[in-house]
Amino acid sequence: MQHEEILHRCFRCGFCKLPADYSDINCPAYLKYRFESFSPGGRMWLIRAWLNGEIQNSERLQEVFFSCATCGNCVEHCIFSKFRDRILEAFIAAKQIMVEQGSIPPPVRDYLTRVFEHGNPYKIPQKKRADWAEGLDVEPYKDQRYLFYVGDVGSFDPRAMAVARSVARLLQKLGVSFGILGAREGSDGNEARTLGEEELFRHLAEQNIRTFAELGVERIITLSPHGYNAIKNHYPRYGGDFQVLHYTHLLAELLPKTDLREKSGSQTPRRVTFHDSCYMGRHNQDYETPRKILQFLPATELVEMERHMADSLCCGGGGGNFFTSLVCSGREASAPVRAREAAGTGAELLITSCPVCTIMLEDAVASGNLQDQLQVRELSELVFEQLFPSAAQD
Amino acid sequence: MTVLDALVDIVGKDRVSDNPAELYLYSRDSGAQPPGRADYVVLPKTAEEIRDIVLLANRRNIPITPLGGGLSLSGLVVPGRGGIVLDMKRMDRILGVDEKNRYALIEAGVSQGALKSYLQKHHPRLQHSTPEAPPTATVVANTLIQGHGHISPRYGINSDMIAGMEVVLPTGEITRIGSCSLNERWFSRGPLPDLAGLFVGWYATTGIVTRISLKLFPKPDFREVMAFQTDDIDLLPDAIEEIMHLDMAEDFFLIMQEKPDWMNHAFLVVICSGHYKEELEMKKAAYKELLSGFAGKDSIRFVSDLHPALEKRFLDVPPLAALAADFREGGGFQYTGAILPIDQVPEAWRRGIAIAHKYGMICSYVHQVLLGNSIMFGFNYSFNRGDPEDIEKAQMALEESNRVTLELGGMIWKGEKPAQQMVLEQMEPNTARLIRRVQEFLDPNGIMNPGKWEFDG
Repeated sequence: MQHEEILHRCFRCGFCKLPADYSDINCPAYLKYRFESFSPGGRMWLIRAWLNGEIQNSERLQEVFFSCATCGNCVEHCIFSKFRDRILEAFIAAKQIMVEQGSIPPPVRDYLTRVFEHGNPYKIPQKKRADWAEGLDVEPYKDQRYLFYVGDVGSFDPRAMAVARSVARLLQKLGVSFGILGAREGSDGNEARTLGEEELFRHLAEQNIRTFAELGVERIITLSPHGYNAIKNHYPRYGGDFQVLHYTHLLAELLPKTDLREKSGSQTPRRVTFHDSCYMGRHNQDYETPRKILQFLPATELVEMERHMADSLCCGGGGGNFFTSLVCSGREASAPVRAREAAGTGAELLITSCPVCTIMLEDAVASGNLQDQLQVRELSELVFEQLFPSAAQD
Repeated sequence: MTVLDALVDIVGKDRVSDNPAELYLYSRDSGAQPPGRADYVVLPKTAEEIRDIVLLANRRNIPITPLGGGLSLSGLVVPGRGGIVLDMKRMDRILGVDEKNRYALIEAGVSQGALKSYLQKHHPRLQHSTPEAPPTATVVANTLIQGHGHISPRYGINSDMIAGMEVVLPTGEITRIGSCSLNERWFSRGPLPDLAGLFVGWYATTGIVTRISLKLFPKPDFREVMAFQTDDIDLLPDAIEEIMHLDMAEDFFLIMQEKPDWMNHAFLVVICSGHYKEELEMKKAAYKELLSGFAGKDSIRFVSDLHPALEKRFLDVPPLAALAADFREGGGFQYTGAILPIDQVPEAWRRGIAIAHKYGMICSYVHQVLLGNSIMFGFNYSFNRGDPEDIEKAQMALEESNRVTLELGGMIWKGEKPAQQMVLEQMEPNTARLIRRVQEFLDPNGIMNPGKWEFDG
C-alpha cells in the first residue's frame, strides 16, 4: 500500500483529534463515534493491523475507513512534521485497496456506481446539468475569459442550485466574461478520489480535461471548494494544467474595485460568523479571501467562532460523506455541533463558501431547532443581499 | 441475555462494541508492553451507567478495565484477562470552576487540553498542574496515577491536588470522598479519614473514579525559562537542593541528550514566573547569583543563548514531549519513571547512559524535580514499533532501569506489570499483604483491572 511505511510511526498521542487550543474534539468521525478506532491515530493502527493480517476486513472496518471526512484536521495538528502530510493520503490508499477488493460500505458502492453509470451521484440525466441556470441568460462556454465549473452538487441539489444561481448572477453583475459547460460538464471526481476510487477519478478528470482542452479553456472558476481542490491539485497529474479560482477569489479581487459598497444604501447591521470549508481552508490554506469579502460588505460584522480558519470544525460532508452519510447523523455529529457553536456566537447568519457545507449546516440548524437564532447563507448569497438588496429578492 | 445485549441495554447500541477493530485497539497501548485482550469496549456517559456495568460484571464475573487517554504507556489500562474496557472519555463535562475556593469539578473523561483551554478562556487567573503528556491525557487518570505537572516543583504532585472524588466502588455503590460527602461543596478532602488514598495509585483495582474536584493555582502573567549547563554530574544533588531551597522556581527540569553535541551536557532548566515583571526579574537574578561560582567552582554556567526550540519546549504547556516517539522513526516510546531521592541523581545518570548504550540507543534525559524531596528521573526509550527486536530491546532496557531504580532506593512510577512485580517482591511483606487485603475487601470478586498490583508469588 502507498504510504504504508508511515503507519507504524503514529504514536497515537491524539493531537490530530484536536484544534490548536485543545479545547474540543475536531475530528468529525471521532466526534460522532467516540471509539478510538475512529480517530486518525486509531485508523493508522488499524490499517497496519489489517495489512499485517492481525484483523480482517469487516463492515466495521469499512465504516472506520470510510467515515473519514478528509477534513485535514489530523494533517494540520499532527506534531510529526516528517510524515503528517501523508496521513490522509494513507487513509485514501487504504480505501483504495478496499475498493479494489470490492468490499466497501453499500452507500459508498452506490455512490461510486451512480457516478460511474450516470456521470453524477443523483442519477439525473446529463442534459439537465444546466437547469440551475434557467432564465439567467448564462451562455455556454465558447471563448469567454472564464469557464464557470459548477460540479455535481451545484448542478443537481436544489439548495446548491440556488447557490450556483447566486454566484452566476454576481459574476454577471460584475461584468465577468464566463460560460458554462452544461451537459458537457462532468463530475469533478474529488469525492471519488477521496473514497479510494482513483481509477474513476482518473476517468472523470481525463474526461473533463479533454472537454476543457477541446474548448480552449484556460481559466476556470469553481462553485465548490471540492471542485477547486480536484482541478487545482489533482488534475495536473493527468495533464490538466489550468488557472483555477474559487469564485470567492474573483469576488475578492473585483469587489474592491467597484463602488457597490457606497451604492448599496443604508442597511440594518448584520452579525455574521464564517465557517471555513476544509477544501478552501486546510487543504488549500486560504482563510483570508472570504474574510476580505466580508470586510468589504456594508453593515456586516464578522464574529469568529472559537474554531475558525485552520481549527474549523468540518461539517462532516467531505470524503464523500455528504452522499454516504456515514458520519452525518445524530446530535453528536459534527454539523449539529458546528451549528450550535455558530449559534453561540450570537451571529444571526452562518456564512459558508461551499455548497456542501451550506446544505449540511442548514440541515443541522433545522434539526437542532436553531432557526430562530441562526440562518445559513452561502457567501455569494450574502454578497448579493448586501450589495444588491432589491435584486436579491428576485 | 448475552453480555453484549446487557451492555447495550445500559449504554445504547452505538456505545458498545465487540468488533475486532475496537478490540484490537483497546487491547494495547503505545508503550513496549505486549498486548492484552479486550472482549467488549463500552463508552459510558454517567456514573449510574458505570454502576450498572459494574453490577453486571459482578454477576457475570467479567473483568473491567477503565481507560482515560491511554497514555500511561506501561499497559496499566491494557486488560490483562479480557473483559470490558470502559473508555471514560465521553464523561467529558467540566461541571464548574469555583474561583473563590480555587477548584474545578470535572468528570473523568475531561482531557488536560480541554481543562487548560477552558481555564484560559473563562478563568485566566487560574491554572491546573499540566503534565508533560499530550493534551488528550485525561486529568483524572493522571491524578490517580500520581502524575505531576508543570507546577509540581512548586505545589506538589497532581494526586495531592485532589480536593474531592466521586467513585463507583467495585461492588456498585456510588460514593463521595471529601467535603462533597457532606454537602455539595467540593473544596477539600479533609479533615476526614483520607479515603482518597484508597483510589490513588491503585490502577483502578479498587474502584472507578467518575469525578474529581481539582485544586487550581494562581497563574502569574510572566513566565520565563532559564537554563544552566554543567558537565559536573556529581554537583547536581547540591545544585538541586539549593535551587529548591531558594523556593522561587515554578518548574525545574534536568535534561540531557547525547545528540546533537550541543545538547550533550547536563542542563538545569529553571522556570520562574511572576505576577509582576520586577518579581520575575528578581527571581531570575537570584538564580543567576546562586549558581554563579556554585560550590566555589565555575562548572555551572548560565546559558545566555538558549536555543529557541529548547525555550519553547519548556514554555509550552503541555510541551510536545511526544515527539520522542519518532526519534527512531518508529512511533514507540516508554520510560522508567524513577522517583528517586535527589542524592542518587549522579549514579542514576551514569547507569542510565550505560543502559541506553548497551541497547544501542542514544541517551535522552528529561527529569523533573518534585518539590525538594524527590526527582522523577526518566530513563527514556524510544523504539520502532515496526521492529520486534527494537521492542524487545526497549523492554530489556526498561527492566534494567527498573532494577537500577530500586537498587538506588527509588520507586517506579506507573510501572508496567513486571515493574509492579519487582516492587511487590521488594516490599515489606506485611505492606504487600495489606495491599492485597484492601483489594479483596473492596473488590471481592476480583473484577477490577485484574493483574495490576497483583503479587504472583
